[in-house]
Amino acid sequence: MLEILQKATANNGLVTAFAAVGVIVLLSGSLSRRLTFGRVHGSAIAIAIGLGLAYWGGIMTGGHKGFADVSMFGGIGLMGGAMMRDFAIVATAFEVQPAEARKAGLIGVVSLLLGTILPFIVGASLARMMGYSDAVSMTTIGAGAVTYIVGPVTGAALGASSDVVALSIGTGLIKAILVMIGTPMAARFLRLKTPRSAMVFGGLAGTVSGVSAGLAATDRKLVPYGALVATFHTGLGCLLGPSLLFFVTKMVVG
Amino acid sequence: MIIYGTALLAICHLLGIFLGDLLGKALGVPTNVGGVGIAMLLLIAARAYMQSKDMMPRLTELGVEYWGAMYIPVVVAMAAQQDVVAALRGGPVAVLAAVGSVILCACVISLINRFEKAEPNQQDGSNILVGTLAEKE
Repeated sequence: MLEILQKATANNGLVTAFAAVGVIVLLSGSLSRRLTFGRVHGSAIAIAIGLGLAYWGGIMTGGHKGFADVSMFGGIGLMGGAMMRDFAIVATAFEVQPAEARKAGLIGVVSLLLGTILPFIVGASLARMMGYSDAVSMTTIGAGAVTYIVGPVTGAALGASSDVVALSIGTGLIKAILVMIGTPMAARFLRLKTPRSAMVFGGLAGTVSGVSAGLAATDRKLVPYGALVATFHTGLGCLLGPSLLFFVTKMVVG
Repeated sequence: MIIYGTALLAICHLLGIFLGDLLGKALGVPTNVGGVGIAMLLLIAARAYMQSKDMMPRLTELGVEYWGAMYIPVVVAMAAQQDVVAALRGGPVAVLAAVGSVILCACVISLINRFEKAEPNQQDGSNILVGTLAEKE
């Protein structure tokens, strides 16, 4: 019996993923209403459950793809992979009001630049304080604080050692997770209400995954504005990391 | 036909990724530069153009809106496949660097957003389907 069920789910990965995520969302909705009286958004709880399952999956299987490594739920990997994520993000642009997006043009660019440079400075300085004092390691860890893709791309370009690259990926992943969980809690402090504020957030908070999940859990209609800016984040970081930011770091630490 | 909407979305997606890769190559970076953002801009432009020419029936719109509405479930699936174990194993440098940059950026976001002028007439419509329907009327 159990074997047949396992085979059926494994052979229909994406369909199983739809069902599993549907159950998670349903459960989170009722948790949100009953336990928090709607104060914590259902999607925030769903994302937290997702991260919890990812941790459990990682411990159980020793793999790197969280819950998607559990054989029955391999389809989660397809459903939540880069292809579907980007497809769904692009679709949200359908609701964008061009006039609103245009209003934030310049401030969006400014926040993108700040969102690359500030995390880099924090990451690189902390790396130096903790004993990673060469320019290559500092730049790689600093780039990881921008996003978890900028870190390894920069590290590879500069020839950083693999433990430093792993550290930079870890930094970026923790940042993305913090943004996912923290955004709905800090929404009021961040003044996340208007499309313009969402674009400032998208530029400064970085990581498409963190921004999009954080905004989804805060206010669904802000997602496209934040994502529109955040999507340039990784590209800008990969552009500046191994070039300008590395040269400046090298000049500062010698 | 509902597939027209989904195909339009797919074409914008592919074209955006392609242009993002080209841009990356032109800039000499080994990654896609803003591909998804370019795709979003293409979709916004396509929608504005097709609506002005009356080429966007309701069913075509639904072919796009379905995927926009699937966004949160996809994000939940994305969260479920993060390498949380490896992220936590990174140790104090990773945790401190991440926490530090998140706090700093949060303060800057809050500061910038405090300068935004309040608008008297802010629209509210959390439901996308209702939102687009209301717009039509």
